Amino acid sequence: MGQVIYSRPVIPGQAEGNLLVSSEPLSFWGGYDQHSGEIIDRRHHLSGQNASGRILALPFTRGSSTTTTILVEAVRAGVAPAALISTGVDKFLALAAILANELYGHMLPVVALQADEFKELTSGIHAIICHDGTITLKTS
Amino acid sequence: MAFELTVAEQALLDGKDGPAQQTAMSIVAQIAEVQGARKLLEITQAHIDATVYVGDAGLEFAERLAAQGAKVAVPSTLNVGAIDVHHWHEWAVPPEWASKALRQMQAYESMGTTPTWTCAPYQTVHRPKYGQHIAWGESNAALFANSVIGARTECYADMLDICCAIIGRVPATGLHLRANRAGNLLLQLIEIPRKVQEDDTFFTLLGYIMGRTAGNNIPVVEGLLTEPDDDSLKALAATSGSSGGIPMFHIIGVTPEAPTREAAFQGQSPEEILDITMEELRHAWDELTTADGAHLDMVVLGSPHLSIDEIKRLISMTEGKHAHPDVQFLVTTSRAVAHLAEQSGAMERLRTFGAKVTVDTCILTTPMLPEDVKVLMTNAGKFAYYIPGLLSRNVVFGGMEDCVRSAIEGRVHLEDRLWGK
Repeated sequence: MGQVIYSRPVIPGQAEGNLLVSSEPLSFWGGYDQHSGEIIDRRHHLSGQNASGRILALPFTRGSSTTTTILVEAVRAGVAPAALISTGVDKFLALAAILANELYGHMLPVVALQADEFKELTSGIHAIICHDGTITLKTS
Repeated sequence: MAFELTVAEQALLDGKDGPAQQTAMSIVAQIAEVQGARKLLEITQAHIDATVYVGDAGLEFAERLAAQGAKVAVPSTLNVGAIDVHHWHEWAVPPEWASKALRQMQAYESMGTTPTWTCAPYQTVHRPKYGQHIAWGESNAALFANSVIGARTECYADMLDICCAIIGRVPATGLHLRANRAGNLLLQLIEIPRKVQEDDTFFTLLGYIMGRTAGNNIPVVEGLLTEPDDDSLKALAATSGSSGGIPMFHIIGVTPEAPTREAAFQGQSPEEILDITMEELRHAWDELTTADGAHLDMVVLGSPHLSIDEIKRLISMTEGKHAHPDVQFLVTTSRAVAHLAEQSGAMERLRTFGAKVTVDTCILTTPMLPEDVKVLMTNAGKFAYYIPGLLSRNVVFGGMEDCVRSAIEGRVHLEDRLWGK
C-alpha cells in the first residue's frame, strides 16, 4: 500500500506508471518530441527526460495552442504519457484526451489536483490512477 | 450534460446536418462539459491554427472532416501552413513533407475558409472588433485579439478551433465571460527610462518577462511612458505567449479594457505585485540568446509575420546596402503583405539587399533550413524562444537594426546599450 490522494478526474480513466513531475509549465510544441516522448525544451528543467508511458505531472501547459496536436500525434505514435496530472483543468490536455479517444479510441486519463497536493508528487514514484480520480503512490 | 443544448445544437449532435457537424459538435460539447460551461455562444468569426502539418494525426483529422463535407459556419481565416506553397522547393523541405503539408492545407481550404495563411490575422482586413465573440487559435493571435482589440476568445487549441468554426459556436467559458478578464497580477515598471522603453527590443523583452513570471494569471502592466504601436503590442503578445501561458494582459492607459488601474482589475485589488527593473530586462536578453561568439549564418525576421509597416522600417535600414555573402537574410510574412510590398517596390529593394521572402509559413513550422545554418539571429522573441528546442540551432536576439547591421558585416554585432548588450 501507499499514500492515497484524491484528484478530480477531468477525463476519467485508469493508468499506471512512474511519475515524471515538473514544477514548471511546459509547451508540448517545442517541448515534447512527438516521435520519442523526450522533453526537448532546452530551457525546461525536465529537458532530456522521456515521458513516454510515464504519468506526467505539470502545473499547466503554456504557450502554443499546438500543444494539443503534439499530444495527439504522440498518442498516434505510441509515445504519449500514460496519464497527465495538472493543477486545475488544463483545456489543452483535456482536449487532447477527447481527441485521442475520438480519433483512435485511445484512453488518456487527465486528472487535476489542488496546487498544494500537486507539490507532494515526486518524480520516480510509481503511481496508479483509478477511474474515480484516486491516485495511489507506491512510496516504498 | 451539465448544460442545455438548444434544439439546433441538439440536431447537430444527432447528426441531422451531416457527420462533420456531428463530430464537431460532439468534440465542442465534451470540452464544454469539462470546462463547466453552461451553454454555447455564437461567434462571428474564427481563425484556424490546425492548418499546420505536424504529423499524421492532424492530417488524418483534417482529411476526415473534409471527406465528410465539412464547411465553416462563420468567416474563418487560416493560420500558417507547413510549407510556402509556391516556393518550398527552393529550400530544404523534403518532398514527402511538402506533399502532406499541402494536403492538410487543401483540406482546410476545402471547408469554405479564407486562405490568409498568416499568424497575424489581426493585421488583415479580417481584424475583429471590440467585444465580438470569436474562436481564434494560435497563442499570439488570441492574446492580441483579447488584450489589444478587446475581442473575446479563448486560445483555442488546434482541431477545437475548426470544430467551433464548423458549428459557429464556442463553450461560454473562460475569456468569453467578462468576469474572467479581470487582471489579478500587477507588473510595475520600476525606473525604466523612456529611452529604454522606446527601444524596439523593449516590448519583446517585456513580453518574455511577462510570460515567465505571470504563470496563468492575467498581468496588468503599469508605468509605461510610451504609446506602443500595433507592432510593439504584437511583439509583446507573441513573446509572452511563447515564454508563458497567460490568457491575456492589460496595459493601463493603453489596452481597451484598462483605461484605469481599477478598470483593469475590475474593482478588485491585485493578488500580487511584481516589480520589473532594468535587471530583469538584461536577464531576459541573455536568456533569449543561446549562441556564443560572433559567428552568424542567417538573420530571420517575421514571427509573427512582418506587417507592411515593419517591412517599410526594414527597407529604411537596408537601403543602398548589401547583406554579407556568408549570411542569409530571410523575411517571413503573409501573401497579402508580400503582395503589397511587391506593388510598392519594397520587395525589389529587399531583394537588392539580398533578402529572401517566405510566405504562408515560417521557419518554425516548415523544415526549410539547410543543415549548414547553425546560428540564427532574430528580433522576434517567438523565434528566439523556439529555435533551440524546435530546430536544434543556436540563436542570438537583437533589435531590427542589430540584425541588419550583423547581416551586412557577416558577424553578430550588437550595439552597446545602457541596459542590454
